[in-house]
Amino acid sequence: MFDLDLWREIFQSINKNRTRSLLSGFTVAFAILLFAILFGIANGLKNTFKEAFGTDANNSIIIFPGKTTKPYKGLQSGRLIQFKNEDRDYILDEFGDNVQYITSKVNRTASVAYKGEKNTYEVRGVYPEYMFIENNKVKDGRYINQSDVTNRTKIVVIGQTVEDDLFKKENPLGKYINIGGIQYKIVGVFTDDEGDSEERVIYMPISTTQFVYGNNDYVDLMHLTYNPEMNSDEALAFGNTIESKLKQRFSVARNDQRAIRIFNMAQGTKQVDIMTSSLTVIILVIGFGTLIAGIVGISNIMIFIVKERTKEIGIRKALGASPRSIIAIILLESIIITAIAGYVGLLLGVGVLELAAPSLETYFIKDPGVSNSLVVGATITLIVAGAIAGYLPAKKASQIKPIVALRND
Amino acid sequence: MLQIKNLHKSYPIGDSSLHVLKGIDLSVTDGEMVAIMGSSGSGKSTLLNIIGMLDEADSGEYVLDGVPIKNLTEKKAAIYRNKFLGFIFQSFNLINYKNALENVALPLYYQGLKRKERQEKALFHLEKVGLKEWAHHLPNELSGGQKQRVAIARALAANPKLLLADEPTGALDTKTSYEIMAFIQHLNDEGKTILMVTHEEDIANMCKRIVRLKDGVIMEDTKVDQVRAEQYV
Repeated sequence: MFDLDLWREIFQSINKNRTRSLLSGFTVAFAILLFAILFGIANGLKNTFKEAFGTDANNSIIIFPGKTTKPYKGLQSGRLIQFKNEDRDYILDEFGDNVQYITSKVNRTASVAYKGEKNTYEVRGVYPEYMFIENNKVKDGRYINQSDVTNRTKIVVIGQTVEDDLFKKENPLGKYINIGGIQYKIVGVFTDDEGDSEERVIYMPISTTQFVYGNNDYVDLMHLTYNPEMNSDEALAFGNTIESKLKQRFSVARNDQRAIRIFNMAQGTKQVDIMTSSLTVIILVIGFGTLIAGIVGISNIMIFIVKERTKEIGIRKALGASPRSIIAIILLESIIITAIAGYVGLLLGVGVLELAAPSLETYFIKDPGVSNSLVVGATITLIVAGAIAGYLPAKKASQIKPIVALRND
Repeated sequence: MLQIKNLHKSYPIGDSSLHVLKGIDLSVTDGEMVAIMGSSGSGKSTLLNIIGMLDEADSGEYVLDGVPIKNLTEKKAAIYRNKFLGFIFQSFNLINYKNALENVALPLYYQGLKRKERQEKALFHLEKVGLKEWAHHLPNELSGGQKQRVAIARALAANPKLLLADEPTGALDTKTSYEIMAFIQHLNDEGKTILMVTHEEDIANMCKRIVRLKDGVIMEDTKVDQVRAEQYV
């Protein structure tokens, strides 16, 4: 079926009947064009949803301690829950497999001075992993590392806004700034896509912060990211498990809502997932509808082509063409036209999306585009579609009686 | 070469049916050149179509070159047509988007020959009909006589045992008709068995035997003295 001569026959037929081939390709190209654009726009909407949740890792779980509101196991209500370093280790021990990154955090506000400049900033004592959780990017120098934490070094990493405020002309790297009366060496400058408010921050090794502000191992809150392979339902369940385990650990009543609070990003992710997946379904339905219209269109045209070529098919049969070879000719022609036209439509669609992308951003459509897997999928679909569109006409052609076809006109 | 016994064929027309062939007995031996004549509606084309396996008889026997032709599948019919038969039509029936060479090579393609071999054979046959220089012209660039000669070359290309011609000169002027007939006579001289349908007396007289059909039966079957077409060319 796949000999060179057959292909030669088909390309000759396509080439010699250009208008006809173009016309039949047009419907498919147009269908795929619409499909690609719709799909791209849907993707763009999805991207917008995702971005609405910030650039923080969207698999975050934040755990805040609070005050108990219910007496439990002989303990009074109103008791303050205090996390310590060991609680982070506890979570790692218990749930290590499901945790991607985890950090404890100590938050302080401090007045910061460098030479003449002075301002108040948030100071966060964190572990090195925090960089990945916050999605910080180091602009200059380095981030906090493990040996800083171990050695309680007095170093800081400052946000870009802090740099802009305090260092008008100088390079801050290696300089010492005064935070609450103590000198710290600046080892890095970071940026955060979330902008100014997240860049008005100074990071410090958590051990240093704990030592300077109280000389204890107290922790204000814990921030972790769960294994990104978990879906939103699993992640929600994981959050609940952490909550109940910690409640046991701190002897808190199960129904005490205030003592330990969990903020789980999976909550939002789940909603976005539901929204985007229903959007995908709608787009797929519309897209496949268009595609089917295209198939019906090409099938119609193929029927017309068979009619137009009745005489030729009759001649071929009189010369000894088997029904199979007739089917092969019509079917392959249909497949080739569909595949080529569809591919052109796809390329056009992608091109249109590329061109229109910047102006679409005002309509909450960001980075519209079609994925490679969609392109591959669409190509396979097209070949199948071409085969479906061509089959009935081809079958019909193979059943043409040469006597009917050759009747003198 | 071919034996036909008590062949019947009828076509349905609405509720009734039209009995076209009412018991035809015909036998043709190797090297004959037979003209089948009759007015329109006499069944001559139907007979030719059945002989050419383009149509099937309702009843009766048909043996071609020792092979009984009965209940053929489409595939078998295609193989037999390709192996045994060459067709020449009144309206030439060339494929209009293929050039002369490609048209002639088409039956060879269905025989499964290699491209190079096809081209060589097709060119050889085109040369035989005197159209070598026209090999790469499309049918609509050729005159009627040239088209028919291409069609003859195509019919010959597969080296068939039997050449079937349905009004081969029907669409040509007298002079060209005689040229074509001279050519066909030539082929017969070389030993090809030829069966043609015509309603022109002068053309029929250029064959060696005339079979006259009327209302689906053979009225007359006579050998004639062949009139050579060359003398008119």
